Amino acid sequence: MVADVSIPIDPLRFLAPDGALCGAPPAEAIAPELALRLYHAMARTRAYDSKAVALQRTGKLGTFASALGQEAIGVGVGAAMREEDVLAPSYRDHGAQLLRGMSMTENLVYWGGDERGSDYAVPRRDFPICVPVGTQIAHAVGAAYAFKLRGEASVAVAIIGDGGTSTGDFYSALNMAGVFDVPLVVVVNNNQWAISTPCSLETAAPTIAHKAIAAGVAGLRVDGNDALAMHHVANRAIETARSGGGATLIEALSYRLGDHTTADDATRYRDPDVVRRAATQEPIARLRNYLTKRGLWNEEDEARLGRENAEEVERAVEAYLATPPQSFAAMFDHLFAQLPPSMRDQYEEARRFASDGARHG
Amino acid sequence: MAELTLVEAVNRALAHELEHDSAVLLLGEDIGVNGGVFRATLGLQQRFGCERVIDTPLAEAAIAGAAIGMAAMGLKPVVEIQFSGFLYPAMDQLINHASRLRHRTRGRLTCPMVLRAPNGGGIHAPEHHSESPEAMLAHVPGLRVVIPSSPSRAYGLLLAAIRDPDPVVFLEPTRLYRLFKQEVADDGEALPLDACFISREGRDATLVAWGGMLHEALAAADRLAEDGIDCEVIDVATLKPLDGETILRSVEKTGRCVIVQEAARTSGFGAEIAALLAERALYFLLAPVKRVTGYDVVIPLARLEHQYLPSVDRIAAAVRETMEASA
Ligand SMILES: Cc1ncc(C[n+]2csc(CCOP(=O)(O)OP(=O)(O)O)c2C)c(N)n1
Repeated sequence: MVADVSIPIDPLRFLAPDGALCGAPPAEAIAPELALRLYHAMARTRAYDSKAVALQRTGKLGTFASALGQEAIGVGVGAAMREEDVLAPSYRDHGAQLLRGMSMTENLVYWGGDERGSDYAVPRRDFPICVPVGTQIAHAVGAAYAFKLRGEASVAVAIIGDGGTSTGDFYSALNMAGVFDVPLVVVVNNNQWAISTPCSLETAAPTIAHKAIAAGVAGLRVDGNDALAMHHVANRAIETARSGGGATLIEALSYRLGDHTTADDATRYRDPDVVRRAATQEPIARLRNYLTKRGLWNEEDEARLGRENAEEVERAVEAYLATPPQSFAAMFDHLFAQLPPSMRDQYEEARRFASDGARHG
Repeated sequence: MAELTLVEAVNRALAHELEHDSAVLLLGEDIGVNGGVFRATLGLQQRFGCERVIDTPLAEAAIAGAAIGMAAMGLKPVVEIQFSGFLYPAMDQLINHASRLRHRTRGRLTCPMVLRAPNGGGIHAPEHHSESPEAMLAHVPGLRVVIPSSPSRAYGLLLAAIRDPDPVVFLEPTRLYRLFKQEVADDGEALPLDACFISREGRDATLVAWGGMLHEALAAADRLAEDGIDCEVIDVATLKPLDGETILRSVEKTGRCVIVQEAARTSGFGAEIAALLAERALYFLLAPVKRVTGYDVVIPLARLEHQYLPSVDRIAAAVRETMEASA
């Protein structure tokens, strides 16, 4: 059989930047309840994100990777997943993670330099944040294989950046997903930059979605700043995977409005005018415009949501700052199911020289 | 002479070689406009152009593999890997190809490349940014592994690495990048590879260290000197091939040795030095050789990192134990 290998260059879009409807959205993709849910989740993500950056600036948090301007991707994907699905996130995916139940405090604890931040109370099966770029795609393939083998109706979802699609792990994992025919969705967060490297220096392919063709999986492009289109596409891909239809690669087009991380200074390599223009496309104002036009949102709603989010973030920060430090023993506690007897000496040495002073950041 | 930080010294050495040898070129992620995440290549793309200072796609295996191809065809590529924790994808290329090309082709093709990477912990970096994989690399036949401990050694050793006809892994201690400045003459003078440096002379015990740990060892030596214990401190500098003679001569003089490494203990490079002493210095030893190392655990995130890294306290205590064992 010769597969259909055409991938439209134009991304799917339901909302214009001013919030006007465009394209031909199915009714369920623009349902008021869904739109409000996505809006709440994006605003919550941004409230958390900007606080985390501020905490880093005041020395209370380690390096942090902001998702400013890319909230629709994480939220669209997260809202399309079911609890029993599994997420293999990168370091910029707190939008999806918060929706899936990871607490803000857990994420702060992680970026604050404490391993307990990866021990999510919910969802228990999701992978921890993946820092080595590209490597987690293969984990998602393996998880999806496990679901298929057991006849479990779960889907594995991995999120990766545009730069990450240059790695060998990305190609080989996607290829394996095609061969194994597993329930997988890979979302490429194409925020146009891999630190200072523009997408044009990452690939000469016409689009990143085209990388799906060689792997024999479905590929498509979506406006990643349009939460409604993003959710719609993610939802369709996840349900296709769930019903045995195989893997999909989604290229979600967005723009990284912040620095790469708090350790980066994007003004060194980026034209501020381009960033300013990109900011006019951002996802939260876009959906707010739509909701307002439809009479589903007003200034009072906005003020109330702002207050609620600020309070939640404050509580999370307090809990984070009040988290007691781990003892030296935490280095050894979870290395093996049981500490090998031969490591007792090292444990005792660590105890002998243990000092407090486990500070924030 | 200019006062330079270690990272500035790296930059000067790279600029010097780009200037004087048209075969030299640099490649890596974000090394161009951005000058690298630590700014080691700052200004070099502006000065030498995009064809000699190349921003690559995010793909360590391909970067290392392409460098091998360039080197085999007469170029002298200097690769930057952003952190040593991200050079693992390049290991296949280093182990299976870079290290063996000369050998496999009986010298017909060679691989004069340098792979630079920031190495080690102590800067409160995120997960996977504090690795110390030097022993894994030193285990590979055919690879040179060099770790500078100061701006002037970084300058001189990097020049030597670039001029060396074989593959060199050059690991730069992140902790030292901006820790202190030193006068460095930008005169194109290389330092010898495959040689240890004696950083401090002493009678009572030999401290052996490399990279960031050299400074903990020197600080421990200062502290011990207050109690009348006189330590010799050796900077290993090139781990592989190891200059065992300098270490042996020192231990024959002092009779005591404490090896300091920040990597995990088991199969670390300190074990190699301890084995050398067991084989060739046993009858000179007044006390058992001791190692002060990281523990055999995953390098902790920032908050527990200080519990993991060998401290001046731990090093000084080990030297005291060695003194007592032979009192
Ligand atoms: C294998 C690997 N190489 C290098 C790095 C250092 N690094 C961290 S993020 C990054 C850029 C990633 O860009 P992209 O995949 O586009 O994702 P984004 O950060 O833009 O979301 C690099 C080079 C890494 N984490 N892992």
